[in-house]
Amino acid sequence: MPFEPIRSLELRGITKRFPGILACDHIDLTVGEHSVRALVGENGAGKTTLMNILMGLYQPDEGRILINGREVRFRSPNDAFAHGIGMVHQHFMLVPNMTVAENVALGMKSSHRPGRLDLGSVRKRILEISERHELPVNPDAYVWQLSVGEQQRVELVKTLCLGARFLILDEPTSALTPQETDELIELLKKMSRELSVIFISHKLHEVKALSDTVSILRRGRIVFEGRTEDHSPADLAALMTGHEVALPCVECSDAPRPGGPGLLYVRDLRVRGDRGNRALDGVSLDVYSGEILGLAGVSGNGQRELAETLNGLRKPESGSVRLDGVELGGCGADAVIAAGMGYIPEDRNTEGIVPSFSVRENLVLKDVGTGGWSRAGFLRLGPISRNAATLRESFDIRCPSVDTAAGSLSGGNIQKVILARELSRRPKALVAVYPTRGLDMGAEEFIHKQLLARRAEGAAILLISEELDEIMNLSDRIAVIYKGRILKVVPGREATKRSLGLLMAGVLDE
Amino acid sequence: MNKSMKAVYNAVVILAAAAAALGVGALVFAAVGADIAKAYTVILTEPLKDLIGLTEIAVRAIPLTLIALGIAIAFRSGTLNIGAEGQMMMGILAASATAIALPDLPKPVLLPLAVLAGAAGGAVWGTAAGILKARLGVNEILSTVMLNYIAAQFYTFLLRGPMMDPEELVTGSGTPQTVRIPRAAWLDRLIPGTRLHAGAFLALALAVLVFILLWRTSAGFRMRAAGAEAKAARYAGIRVERYVVAAMLLSGAFAGIAGAVEILGVHRRAIEGVSGGYGFTGIVVSLFGGLHPAGIVPASLFFGLLLLGADMTQRLADVPANMVLVLQGAIILAIVSARQFMNNPYVQDRLARKLSRLLGKPAPNPPAGSREACPDPSDSPDPCLADEAEPRTGGGSPAETEEHR
Repeated sequence: MPFEPIRSLELRGITKRFPGILACDHIDLTVGEHSVRALVGENGAGKTTLMNILMGLYQPDEGRILINGREVRFRSPNDAFAHGIGMVHQHFMLVPNMTVAENVALGMKSSHRPGRLDLGSVRKRILEISERHELPVNPDAYVWQLSVGEQQRVELVKTLCLGARFLILDEPTSALTPQETDELIELLKKMSRELSVIFISHKLHEVKALSDTVSILRRGRIVFEGRTEDHSPADLAALMTGHEVALPCVECSDAPRPGGPGLLYVRDLRVRGDRGNRALDGVSLDVYSGEILGLAGVSGNGQRELAETLNGLRKPESGSVRLDGVELGGCGADAVIAAGMGYIPEDRNTEGIVPSFSVRENLVLKDVGTGGWSRAGFLRLGPISRNAATLRESFDIRCPSVDTAAGSLSGGNIQKVILARELSRRPKALVAVYPTRGLDMGAEEFIHKQLLARRAEGAAILLISEELDEIMNLSDRIAVIYKGRILKVVPGREATKRSLGLLMAGVLDE
Repeated sequence: MNKSMKAVYNAVVILAAAAAALGVGALVFAAVGADIAKAYTVILTEPLKDLIGLTEIAVRAIPLTLIALGIAIAFRSGTLNIGAEGQMMMGILAASATAIALPDLPKPVLLPLAVLAGAAGGAVWGTAAGILKARLGVNEILSTVMLNYIAAQFYTFLLRGPMMDPEELVTGSGTPQTVRIPRAAWLDRLIPGTRLHAGAFLALALAVLVFILLWRTSAGFRMRAAGAEAKAARYAGIRVERYVVAAMLLSGAFAGIAGAVEILGVHRRAIEGVSGGYGFTGIVVSLFGGLHPAGIVPASLFFGLLLLGADMTQRLADVPANMVLVLQGAIILAIVSARQFMNNPYVQDRLARKLSRLLGKPAPNPPAGSREACPDPSDSPDPCLADEAEPRTGGGSPAETEEHR
């Protein structure tokens, strides 16, 4: 393997077409030695497509890739590895029931001897790398035992072990807590002394903290290139979306919250998780009418189980859930929906929509049996179509037609379909789980505005999120969940990132 | 790619798939030393030459249509019913037992009663698999296949024992069959001198009913939702288990009706080998017809032709009739492969550009970012991957697109 340093990497006129769209339109990008280039843009701007071309996962329709001035062709990720380019994907590419060393060995050809696997050399290499870059990992730990932050480090070590001298990081912080994010950014700063990095993100403060130069992609074109330090996050956001972006904030009223039970009332909820563990251990919450209660916490601390139990998808062991005084604990999903609960589920592709169904069908998924959409068991196609046309308009769902399969839309538009369905049902309470995960700022702004509008109309909204900015911007009160318990509930205006971050890590300082 | 080009493209894909299937068949014909051209000519044209042939195609298409409709209901609801063969046998038993037990009832009562009994017999067998899946999570492929064995043995037992024609014992010939079914339960023959019977109308009527059920009622909507993405359906308050059982009940009932119609219309008594593999061919017909009634009816006629043609090759071209099973297998493989291409926008797009380059026209560049549905793997399912799920849910069959309009 030639260990020639990568002094420059150039993309020239890269073009990639997909049906109906030009994902990359004559993109030129040059990255020098020891520099960090941030690549930002909305979803669907072509960032990931561009990087997949650079990794040899896609072939460009036009354009060339040059390393140190010499043209190269990557037919597969192996070719890219051989030239020292490594990528850490947004979704970790690790096998959970294998150890760290085994995971690294998967891609390390040199460890595959005839008839046996040389795990010793892999372990040595891992320790070497982790020492050099201050990335502590235990080669013998099983991946499933590791926290998300540790898995992120394993991904980095894996990529470096394979000889990467040029790192591509695709939204590396999307699953990390604020503390883990800060650590990662520090780490990457140090690593950039030896390596070149392309850093994909839409979190602009991370871009500011880490990168030297920034390129902004919009609709398949580079619309801006410049030094990061010369531009404020607000400038970058405007360039990214093409218009000024102001994420809305909740205006907390000073009127004291009414005492007594909330519109959505949860008491002593105990629920078992999928593995038989106690996922919720005595959760009590009140969400009042016209209030957004933010539930902060690192994912995996019982959020999923709470949302599912509130929506009748999981049976509680004990405890009570009431919506507007109606007991719902132990009821099925249909009863909960009929009682006026709205739900934006975590996995929008398999829980929120039926992907092969059209947008029109997905918009009536919950109420298809009710008077509006069917009569005597027969569908009323006219009202269903008109409903779709109206909601497509008012929620700005961008789709070729309402007959398009919902699964073929982008994440932001899928989320708009779900939001349109849930909000047009006028729910009394709404459980929104990671409603903007993976979405760009334009979509995020839209969804936040919609949630605030429902709040103003008197809905009780439980907002479950890991994004502290989102929670702090929108919540009247913030509850922090840790290991299945509500650690603390604080008024939204008193919360700081630091205090919430500590609570999310389970530190209760009294 | 515009609409007419898409139609041409899909037609080309279908033709290529058919050619591939025929090619595989040709290899096997060559291997058994048959005259390939003659064998195909016999299979595809001989049955069409006279009225008997045409009606015999329809006679075979009737049970195929009924079974395929039931399979479509089950598949669309997310259940792979492989048990139509057993369900059909149970239908035959129930229908013939009912008809034989009540010979004095008038025709307008006995005939519907016998058909309904057939439906019930098949429904019991289908529901068993449905309940096992809904309650205990037993894979329906395993349970339906196993139920097929039980049904086959039960069928043989009854026909050689309790339900056997007493005459057979007296004469000592011992043919495993029931007594002749009373005339009041017969389905009328439509054309004198042929075996075409009134079951044809029933099959067509039920085809329309299945379309209405699946695409025009809220129950059908929920069934399809449960089949296409059970998780999302459950999140939307649909009781998925209930619809799994309902779908298997209907699916079994259709196979049972197919059995009842076959003996009431054709054989007039339950005999061994009546199902003739219809239960399995019905699965192929259903898939070939895009899991949609509008596709299933012509598909079953086509397979009726193949089945009849295969019988004829044995006589006319000296090729064993079982060869048609090889052809069927090749056709299944061809369909499944063709579906990967038919609704794949990637391949269509690339082809359109290549074609226009070949013809020297400027490539029709789509405007940059004309649609937000960008195949950015991070936020939207890759259309290529999304297509992989299609053969099962059948979301993109030509028939369905038509439906959506």
